[in-house]
Amino acid sequence: MDKMKLVLVGNGMAGMRTLEELLRIAPELYEITVIGAEPHPNYNRILLSPVLAGEQTLDEIVLNPLQWYAEHGIRLVTGSPVVRIDRARRCVETADGARADYDRLLLATGSDPFILPVPGAELPGVVGFRDIADVEAMIDASDRYRHAVVIGGGLLGLEAANGLKLRGMEVTVVHLAPWLMERQLDEPAARLLQQNLEAKGLRFLLQRQTAALLPSPSPAGGGGVGERVSVASGIPSPPALHAREGPLPLAGEGSEPRVGAVRFTDGSEVPADLVVMAVGIRPNVALAESAGLHCNRGVVVNDTLQTYDPRIYAVGECASHRGVAYGLVAPLFEQARVAANHLALQGFKRYAGSVTSTKLKVTGIDLYSAGDFTGGEGSEAIVYSDPIAGVYKKLVVKDDRLVGACLYGDTLEGTWYFELLRDGTSIRDFRDKLLFGRHHLGDSGHGDEKARLAALPDATEICGCNGVKKGDIVRAIREQRLFTLDEVRAHTKASASCGSCTGLVEGLLAMTAGGDYSEAPSKKPVCACTEHSHDEVRRAIREQGLKALPDAMRFLEWKTPDGCNKCRPALNYYLLCAWPNEYQDDAQSRYINERAHGNIQKDGSFSVVPRMWGGLTNPKELRAIADVAEKFGVPEVKVTGGQRIDLFGVKKEDLPAVWRDLSEAGFVSGHAYGKALRTVKTCVGARWCRFGTRDSTGLGVKLERMTWGSWMPHKYKLAVSGCPRNCAEATIKDFGVVCVDSGYELHVGGNGGIKVRVTDLLAKVDTEEEVLEYCAAFTQLYREEARYLERSAPWIERVGLSYVKARILADAEGRRALAERFRASQQTAQVDPWKARADGAETHEFTPMLTLA
Amino acid sequence: MNAMNDAWLQVGRLEDIPRQGARVIATAEGAIAVFRTVDDEVFALRDRCPHKGGPLSQGIVHGKRVACPLHDWKIALDTGLAAAPDAGCAARYPVRVEDGVVRLRLVPDEGCPGGHGESP
Ligand code: SRM
Ligand SMILES: Cc1cc2nc3c(=O)[nH]c(=O)nc-3n(C[C@H](O)[C@H](O)[C@H](O)COP(=O)(O)OP(=O)(O)OC[C@H]3O[C@@H](n4cnc5c(N)ncnc54)[C@H](O)[C@@H]3O)c2cc1C
Ligand code: SF4
Ligand code: FES
Repeated sequence: MDKMKLVLVGNGMAGMRTLEELLRIAPELYEITVIGAEPHPNYNRILLSPVLAGEQTLDEIVLNPLQWYAEHGIRLVTGSPVVRIDRARRCVETADGARADYDRLLLATGSDPFILPVPGAELPGVVGFRDIADVEAMIDASDRYRHAVVIGGGLLGLEAANGLKLRGMEVTVVHLAPWLMERQLDEPAARLLQQNLEAKGLRFLLQRQTAALLPSPSPAGGGGVGERVSVASGIPSPPALHAREGPLPLAGEGSEPRVGAVRFTDGSEVPADLVVMAVGIRPNVALAESAGLHCNRGVVVNDTLQTYDPRIYAVGECASHRGVAYGLVAPLFEQARVAANHLALQGFKRYAGSVTSTKLKVTGIDLYSAGDFTGGEGSEAIVYSDPIAGVYKKLVVKDDRLVGACLYGDTLEGTWYFELLRDGTSIRDFRDKLLFGRHHLGDSGHGDEKARLAALPDATEICGCNGVKKGDIVRAIREQRLFTLDEVRAHTKASASCGSCTGLVEGLLAMTAGGDYSEAPSKKPVCACTEHSHDEVRRAIREQGLKALPDAMRFLEWKTPDGCNKCRPALNYYLLCAWPNEYQDDAQSRYINERAHGNIQKDGSFSVVPRMWGGLTNPKELRAIADVAEKFGVPEVKVTGGQRIDLFGVKKEDLPAVWRDLSEAGFVSGHAYGKALRTVKTCVGARWCRFGTRDSTGLGVKLERMTWGSWMPHKYKLAVSGCPRNCAEATIKDFGVVCVDSGYELHVGGNGGIKVRVTDLLAKVDTEEEVLEYCAAFTQLYREEARYLERSAPWIERVGLSYVKARILADAEGRRALAERFRASQQTAQVDPWKARADGAETHEFTPMLTLA
Repeated sequence: MNAMNDAWLQVGRLEDIPRQGARVIATAEGAIAVFRTVDDEVFALRDRCPHKGGPLSQGIVHGKRVACPLHDWKIALDTGLAAAPDAGCAARYPVRVEDGVVRLRLVPDEGCPGGHGESP
């Protein structure tokens, strides 16, 4: 059978990323033709700025060398733009007359720089800043001439100006607005930026409007005009190449004079042997329009990146999605993923738009801006300003969400703000701390709370678990060219254990590998086996009715045949939570502790912690434990921090027999080993204590009876204290109850551990029944919505207490439904795994296959 | 090596080992872990992680690797080598499956520095 034909118009970043995604998931589906107007293979356009600045070379920025196309059997046509789409015949035609038929067409024609329509704009020496030809023209000019004028003080303009300055030109930046980068920065930050750039030798003319570009009075110095337009590297630049608005910048021939000065509307002039127009870009839609596709400042596409002709897709800067045409790569890469998913005929992804963030790629300047910081109706600004230190931070908040951030001088928290912004996290509960950043600095073992990452000496220990120092991490990132957290983990072990230093490591990554921020994925995949985030995986499991692990991996295009030890336990949990009484648990996807129902010890033996309901015990139980300890020669018996007894050093082969004896005495597993309900700590309460207001012990037992046996995203602990003296430490538990005279205070989202977090007060209720219902509902909400290995504390910080309140307090019906779902899933969960194994389940787990001698 | 150690010893049937799992063969010289991958390939390694002696048989098997349960080193089942940047090696034992029967030789392959001779 003939393969379907796919034609890509535009050999640039968005289109090629789409093809790469497509080849990964459906390598054989299409016969592919790529047609590009530029005479080059696909390169990293972002890095044109460092190339101009002399920090990188053109060779280094090629993304797909010619042989890549050959290896993938792709027909590549370069150096000639497509000039016609025949939608009826389904074929395209280039200016050179080459044709290609398609079943699917992908438009990724990018943008053109906007050339101001002023007199003289057509003079030689006037360029945009968009492609290799432009950069070569600028480099060439910097070799021969002195004065450069950059029109436009935005991101591109400043990067161009910086590059030309580094190449020895005298550079003036002309800008219409009262301050630089007015779409990304507010005035105070822009002033700091301007000062820094002035210190680097750039000149600025603000609020100046260009009236005309004047030709140089004498024929330009240096080489002849014709020579000047040829490109420095010798890569030929075909004349038909620039399908841009306005005249071709390099069209000068013969004796036509070169640009010599810029005149402004106020009559003043500055000398200019080179004029770079960086006043904006225009989606390149001429081709699509001529083919009758609906365009509106971009080729209009829907959430699957389809144009009005369903056979034709569009991605990248040329596309207009929900009225927005993006001009940065991160959103384009997201579009690419969705478009590839549909081209591959899988058809389940949706593109819902992106929030973008900006950094300026000028070495030595820290600037970060995201979202909408201009504020407007109903928004408030939180501002920190220290002009002496050169630090300025502005956060814009609207309806309890962060909507914009603008950071200058200290951009360490940029990624965190970006996450909050993108996820629409409610910041109501930590608004007062927002400006001071995520509290990752200062976790135990990480030194001074106030020390900023950049200022830390190299010898500072970042990862307390593996003893990894800042210097080790920075060196590894540089030398091994690491880009992702996973890579840093693999190479240095930092953040690979308890993970409390993850924020620090990410900060170091951003700081060290920083330059190309587009690499920072806008969402975190579960692990290296997939591109999908935890939330996407869960959604797919639910919505697609995926009920087995291999099915989920297949459907979600896992990159590895059977996952890894990070994703399999997560998937197993998600499946189990989504299909409680139906899913067949996959023992091989569980960490050994959960598979063998004990905690593995450093010598390979196991610990055994039977459940002691609410911390209560009695002589009979204690005697049974003593008997087991003696009978099996248990080397150590200890009271745990969770109010029960731990038998350490039990041999794996002995576990079923130990459990049989314990089971006969009435014990069930304490799940001290699981991402599961652990303990319910209680205090003595009203039964004995002179201050006790209620029966905290009895309530604890009821709660434990209700919740034991349930699997969770992470460990889950409860406690009930009989009065506000809180002897059971209920305010550092995932769900804690503090009894008071007038009822029960319900506290959520606390933990001791690596980073202590005190609970938030969720509600106050009157009866034990309500406590049980709220507990079941909260527990289920956590089970259904937290990511695997996310404890309730970080989960609440991510989604916000207000959200939890909305689900549990405001919505009584929703609360009851959650509680009901929890109770339903408990029906099959409350089977004691120890007894089952004592009775012969999973014997292979506990017995050698063969014993020799 | 004596003749007995050189022989292919019948240790059990393929289905005795869980897919994506392992079983242990207890010997006087310490345990040997016999792994079965998702596509039914079988490998045998000394059941001691080159890091701190963790029991590899207890790890999660994925692809042709096992993740040590103690500190998460990844050990390649076919070579016994720890995945970079970690370095170390667990001795390999020759193993084969015929008609569903798993056979093993108790003499480890050469080529694992420090892999054999060292007692558990
Ligand atoms: C046995 C016990 C220590 C003891 O002798 O008292 C214990 C032992 C372990 N704790 Fe714990 N924790 C024990 C009570 C606690 C407590 C106290 C409590 O529950 O009131 C805490 C602080 C409260 C909390 O959880 O918020 C505690 C916070 C941790 C943490 C940090 C959790 C966090 O969210 O930051 C870890 C690490 C983890 O889970 O990732 C941890 C992990 C561990 C592990 C499972 C480490 C491991 O993965 O091997 C330890 C197993 C030791 C072993 O070899 O068996 N243990 N651990 C306690 C068992 C309680 C029980 O009856 O089940
Ligand atoms: C100097 C510079 C610095 C930048 N820095 C950053 C940055 O730091 N971060 C960031 O996120 N983004 C940055 N960008 C923006 C980023 O490069 C673009 O968003 C991205 O390249 C757009 O991808 P695209 O595929 O839509 O368009 P392009 O990469 O422009 O690709 C479009 C291609 O289609 C070709 N084409 C057009 N019409 C036709 C036709 N009719 N037939 C055939 N081919 C055609 C064009 O010649 C071009 O090669 C920068 C851009 C520039 C110019
Ligand atoms: S604090 Fe917990 S994890 Fe750390 S050594 Fe003690 S028991 Fe182990
Ligand atoms: S003992 Fe295996 S990783 Fe430490």
